[in-house]
Amino acid sequence: MIRRRSLLATTAGVLAMPAVLRAQTAQKLTFYYPIAVGGPLQAIMDGYCKDFQKETGITVEPVYSGDYSQTLIKALAAIKAGTGPQFAVLLAAEMHSLQDQDILISLDDIGLDADAKKWISNFYPAFLANSHVDGKTWSVPFQRSTAIFYYNKSAFSDAGLDPEKFPTTWAALAQAAAKLTKRDSSGNVARWGIKLAGDLGNAQWTFGALANQAEQKLMNEAGTEVYFNQPRTIEAMSFWHSLSAQHHATPEGISNWPQLTPDFLQGNTAIIQFTTGGLPNFRDKATFPFGVAGLAGKNSPHTVVGGGNMYFFKNATKAEQMAALKFARWITAPERAADWSIRSGYIATSPAAYETPALKEYIAKYPEANVARTYLPVATGELSVHENQRVYKVLTDNIQACLNAAKTPAKAMADAQTEADRILKPYRRA
Amino acid sequence: MVGMRRETLQAYLLLLPAIVLLVAFTHWPAVATLIDSLYATPHGSRPPPFVAADNYQGLIDDPVFWQALLNNAWYAIATIPTSIVLALLMALAVNQALPGRAMLRMAYFLPTMLPMIAVANIWLFFYTPDYGLFDSIIALFGGGRHNWLGDASTALPAMIVVAVWKEAGFFMIFFLAALQTMPTDLKEAAALEGSSRWNYFRRVTLPLLMPTTLFVLVNAVINAFRVIDHIIVMTRGGPDNATTLLLFYIYETGFRFWDTAAAAAATVVLLTIMALAAAFQFGVLRSRVHYR
Repeated sequence: MIRRRSLLATTAGVLAMPAVLRAQTAQKLTFYYPIAVGGPLQAIMDGYCKDFQKETGITVEPVYSGDYSQTLIKALAAIKAGTGPQFAVLLAAEMHSLQDQDILISLDDIGLDADAKKWISNFYPAFLANSHVDGKTWSVPFQRSTAIFYYNKSAFSDAGLDPEKFPTTWAALAQAAAKLTKRDSSGNVARWGIKLAGDLGNAQWTFGALANQAEQKLMNEAGTEVYFNQPRTIEAMSFWHSLSAQHHATPEGISNWPQLTPDFLQGNTAIIQFTTGGLPNFRDKATFPFGVAGLAGKNSPHTVVGGGNMYFFKNATKAEQMAALKFARWITAPERAADWSIRSGYIATSPAAYETPALKEYIAKYPEANVARTYLPVATGELSVHENQRVYKVLTDNIQACLNAAKTPAKAMADAQTEADRILKPYRRA
Repeated sequence: MVGMRRETLQAYLLLLPAIVLLVAFTHWPAVATLIDSLYATPHGSRPPPFVAADNYQGLIDDPVFWQALLNNAWYAIATIPTSIVLALLMALAVNQALPGRAMLRMAYFLPTMLPMIAVANIWLFFYTPDYGLFDSIIALFGGGRHNWLGDASTALPAMIVVAVWKEAGFFMIFFLAALQTMPTDLKEAAALEGSSRWNYFRRVTLPLLMPTTLFVLVNAVINAFRVIDHIIVMTRGGPDNATTLLLFYIYETGFRFWDTAAAAAATVVLLTIMALAAAFQFGVLRSRVHYR
């Protein structure tokens, strides 16, 4: 009897061996990442993972998984099915709703030594704004950006505007955009003055910048309240609406994010509000001189931060989580952050990266790459609440209704507020 | 008696693989969805409470759900007859002796062979304002720009055009197959009788095509509620839900908002609609389509 039991135990032990081994030395990780900008980012990411494998022996398999929404959907579906990635790059603004899903593990719970704590304190504070809850850090800034204007300098000269002096106020911007809009003899538009993205997944980001320009916050820090029906929010909506309705400088209806890049490169649109991540693509493909400028504001420039952080999932084994954290530290080290910034156009996530020779040299040669960083002090956090996607959808629907002239700005924002209040109600019982 | 039983057993054994697959992948999921729709969305590891019809009440209170239903009704009304008539016309056209007939048939069938995702991306270019294909052609005739997908009034019609273009070729194949199995002596007899071509088409071809038409109709109805790939690629239901179809609504509710209970309730509504349509098609129409 004893023999049989010990035999059983030994067998079980032998069977469990591979699992134990795997737990001790995570050799293979999978992570999901989105691409939201043009350019060969996939190849760059593959290269990093290969280098990491050479240095540490840990294989990281990067899975390109569409845009931010698609990546979130795929990651959540895979995790719910029990086969998810160990970590992923997701929107920094998703933190509250990822907490709702109860799938995250904080960096503190994976384990941070003094060295690692110092590493976290080296990021730009603006990029960590969406990372803290309950005194813990939940994500690592990775591909971060701000909304920024790209403008066609030839079009500026053509319209009799000074290409070196970009407007800084709403009034001046609207006026310039109207001037930049060129119509042929039969009244058809040959060039639009300005385009802002209003499609689902991007409208709330565009609008976050506009609201900040009117100096209105869109949500509280706990992610349980939104301020859509505030007078200054309505003012922001009215300004967006007026660009087509009053100034005729942007098409009626909505413009789609994926269309902005070809529109700008084709010379179809003189100014686009886009992400800093678009810079290398424009640099390589634009056939005209173009400029980068901070977003104008009601009175002075203001913008919104955006982009993705690395999140770690609690369904991974301890060893896998530690390996993933190791990768995060490796890929955000100043030299690599500098390289990623140069090749992707994203803002390097730490001031130390801007002290590296590579980035210093690049900025000296290419001052446009430094513009976005100078607007970090006037950047606000992205709209981030519980049930984030649902609130985004409600806000986007109403923005689109307003841009399609189905609702007035005040009505659209009031409706968005009512709906968002209904969605967020369960989260207010603290 | 014993022999009968053995035969019955054998018959059931032969049916078993099909039954297992049908139950596992069709009937059980449908029943599970119905059960899930009566419970709240589970959060974390807590078991979800029974909420009876709350999820359905939630749907009734959701204006987006009603808009999705209405959009889908328009979408079905526009795509189903158009694609069937177009398919029939194309089949008649390529059923004649024409030079380059094989090429023409392939051209008509091509949209069916391409994956919808790829097709939708091509159509995105067609619909691009200002310098897209359609606006470029319209500009040749002096017309202005159209924000096809960004304007709430043209977005759904634009989606309908894509669907018709994609489906007509597929349905054409069935009509073509039916036309080719039609005995030629009927045509000769009609010619001897001095029947006109239109008369022959109306009195002979069309009635003989009726069973095929029913089959195509069933498929068209299913596709009108099932295919949303182009919506996901091209408009994501926007602007302001103008192109939100029922299945897209379910997808968003289930996989973007993770409100699986509400998605289950909406799925039950979709299943009910499909079941009613199938009952009508097979119960009422089938008895009338056969030429007697």
